[in-house]
Amino acid sequence: MKITFPHMGNTYIAVKAMLEDLGLEVIVPPKCSKRTLELGTKYSPESICLPLKINIGNYIESIERGADTILITGSCGPCRFGFYSVIEKEILKDLGYDIDIIVFDPPDGNYKEFINRITKAVNTNNPIKILKSFNRGRIILKEVDRLFQFSNKKRAYAVNSYEVDKIMQKFSEGVLKVKGVIETKKLIKRIFKELEKIEVDNTKRPLKVGIVGEIYTVIEPYVNLDIERKLGHMGVLVDKFLTPSRWVEHNLTLGHLGLSEERKAWKAAKPYIRTLVGGHGRETVGSAIMYAEKGYDGVIQLLPFTCMPEIVAETILKTVAKDYDIPILTLIVDELTGEAGYVTRLEAFVDLLKRRKEERKFERVLSRS
Amino acid sequence: MKEYYLGVDVGSVSTNIVIIDENNDVIVKKYIRTKGRPIKAIQSGLKEIKEEIGEIEIKGVGTTGSGRYLSSILIGADIVKNEITAHAVAALNFVPDVKTILEIGGQDSKIIILRDGIVTDFAMNTVCAAGTGSFLDRQAARLGIDIKEFGELALKSNNPIRIAGRCAVFAESDMIHKQQLGHNQEDIINGLCEALVRNYLSNVGKGKEILAPVVFQGGVAANVGIKRAFERALDMEVYVPNHYDVMGAIGSAILAREEVKSKEVSKFKGFEVADTDYKVKGFECNDCANMCEVIQILAEDKVIARWGDKCGKWTNLSDINLQRLA
Ligand code: SF4
Repeated sequence: MKITFPHMGNTYIAVKAMLEDLGLEVIVPPKCSKRTLELGTKYSPESICLPLKINIGNYIESIERGADTILITGSCGPCRFGFYSVIEKEILKDLGYDIDIIVFDPPDGNYKEFINRITKAVNTNNPIKILKSFNRGRIILKEVDRLFQFSNKKRAYAVNSYEVDKIMQKFSEGVLKVKGVIETKKLIKRIFKELEKIEVDNTKRPLKVGIVGEIYTVIEPYVNLDIERKLGHMGVLVDKFLTPSRWVEHNLTLGHLGLSEERKAWKAAKPYIRTLVGGHGRETVGSAIMYAEKGYDGVIQLLPFTCMPEIVAETILKTVAKDYDIPILTLIVDELTGEAGYVTRLEAFVDLLKRRKEERKFERVLSRS
Repeated sequence: MKEYYLGVDVGSVSTNIVIIDENNDVIVKKYIRTKGRPIKAIQSGLKEIKEEIGEIEIKGVGTTGSGRYLSSILIGADIVKNEITAHAVAALNFVPDVKTILEIGGQDSKIIILRDGIVTDFAMNTVCAAGTGSFLDRQAARLGIDIKEFGELALKSNNPIRIAGRCAVFAESDMIHKQQLGHNQEDIINGLCEALVRNYLSNVGKGKEILAPVVFQGGVAANVGIKRAFERALDMEVYVPNHYDVMGAIGSAILAREEVKSKEVSKFKGFEVADTDYKVKGFECNDCANMCEVIQILAEDKVIARWGDKCGKWTNLSDINLQRLA
C-alpha cells in the first residue's frame, strides 16, 4: 500500500513521520504548485471552493507517483467541507482512478471508531502502537508549528530577513529526505539552531498582525500567497490563530474539556454570533476580538472565494473593527488572485498600521506633557 | 536653485511620469499607454521629458503602481510605495483635509478613507469591469461616440433612465434594450454614468463611511457625467484635481521628496536609462516542486536583476527591493 493525503500547510510533515513509523510507504504530494491548481481546477466543479480544487490536484499528482490509497479528514460542520470527501471520491471515480479512500471524521470523542479506521489504514491490530505513534505525530505537529512561528518572529527582527527564507527552504527540502518521527525531530532541532544564529536587531518594534479566517487558506502558503513570509519581510510579526496543532488539540483532545483556544474564541464571539455558522466563521470573529484585546495592531481575515461561513464573519468583522477600534483587512483568494494586487493591499495595510501606531505614540507623548 | 523630483506610476493600462518642484507643483507630466511593455513605456516617457525640458538635475525618485519594483530597478528609485499610499499623499496635497478619495482608472478602482490626514481604510476592486473605465470605453464605442464627449453628453440628459449596473454584462444588455425602446442617447449615456457610480458605491464603497471633502481622481475623473452622478448619489460636492490622471505619480514624487530630505544623493540613474537596451527574460526553474517563474532583467545583455524565486537561489541578495518582488 502506498498512502497519500492532501496538503494542508505543514501537516504533511507530521502525518508523514507518523505513517512512516507505522511502517507504511508514504507518498507526499509534490508541493502545491501552478500545476496542482490547474489539474484541480480542470477536474472540479467550477464554483466549488478553492481548497477542494487543490486537494484534487494533490491526489492526481500523488497517484502519478504511485499512490494507491488516500487518507482524508472528514466533515466540519454545515459548510461545503462536510461534503468534500464524498465529492472527491466521486471525482476520482469519474476520472477512472482505482484508488482506496479512507475518511477520518473528527471523532467527537468516539475513539473506538477512530481506531478501527486507523487499523484499516495501517495494517496493525495493536491499538497501543497506533496510539503511541499518533501521539508522537502530534508532538511533531506541535514542534513544526513552533518552528514556523519562530521563523516568523525571526523574520520580523532579522537584520536580513531573507536569511530566514533560505534556512526554511532547506527545512522543506530536508523533510522529504528524512524518515520517521525521530529523524524528523532531529531535523527540526537542527533548523531551530540555524535560525537562532541569524543576526537580529532587537531595537525593532515590529507591528503585530493576527491572521484569522478559513483554516485551509490560513494554513496553506500556496493558497494564501505566502502571506506570512510577505508580511515578515515587511517587518511584521505574524501570528496565526489556526495552526494544525491547535486544530488537532481542539478536535481530538482538549476541545472536549472546553480548554482549547477555539472554545475561548467562541466565548469571545458570543456577543456577535451565538451559534455555529459552519466552517470557522465563529472562530474567525472570536479570534479577531481576542487579537484586539491582546493589543495587536491589526487583523487580516483570509477566505477562499464563495466561502459561506467566512462571508458571514466578514460582515460581522466590520462591527468588531469599529467596536474595538482595530483595522481589519479581508483578503479573498481564488485561482484568479493576482499577486500584484494582493501585495499592494498588504503593503497599504501595513502602511496604514504604521501610521496609526506613530500617531498614537505621538498622542501619548502629547497627553503626558 | 530649483529642486526637481521624479514620480513614476506604472500600471497595466498606463504609465504616468511627472516631475514636480519643491512646492509640489507639476512641471511636466507624461501619460503613456503601457501596452504590456512597461520598460518601453518608461523609456519613451523619460525621453520625451528630456527632449522637452533638457536634462535637469533630479533630487529624488519615487515609483508606484503594479510595476513599482520593476521601475525602481530600472531608474533607481529612492522610495517604492503602493498605489494606495501614493494616491492618498497626492490627494492630501490637493485638499489637505480630504476624508474620502474615489479613484477610478481604466482597469481598476479603489476607495480610500482618511481621517486627520491618515489612511484609515481602503478597498480595491480588480475583479468587476462594471466599476471601471474600460466599461465606459466599451459602451462609448458601442454607441459610436468619442469617450471624451461622453461626460458632456450625460449632462444634457433631462429624462434620466435607470440601467442595471450590477455587472458589466447585464449593463450592456440592458443598455441595448433601452436603445431599442427608443430612449435618446443623452439619457442612455447618463444612465450608464449612474450605473457605474451605483456599481462602484455598492462594490468598492460597500460599508465605508464616505465623508466630505471628497476627491475624485484617476482617468475616469475627466468624465463630468460621472462626477455629477457621484455628486447626486452622495449629495455632496466632489473635487477633481487638475492632474487627476497622474495622481499616483505625483504622490510618489512627493514621497521621494520627503524620503531624500535626510539623504545626500538620489539613487536616480539618470536620463540615460532611456537609451539603455533592456530585456526581460523569464524561465521556469525546475530544481524543486515550487517551479518558480524566475524573471531577469538584462541591460545590454548583462543581468542586472532577478526575482521570482522562493528560495533565494537566483535572487541577487544585495538589494532588498528586488527581493520584495519574489
Ligand atoms: S527557484 Fe528555488 S524555490 Fe523556486 S523552483 Fe527553483 S529551486 Fe525551487
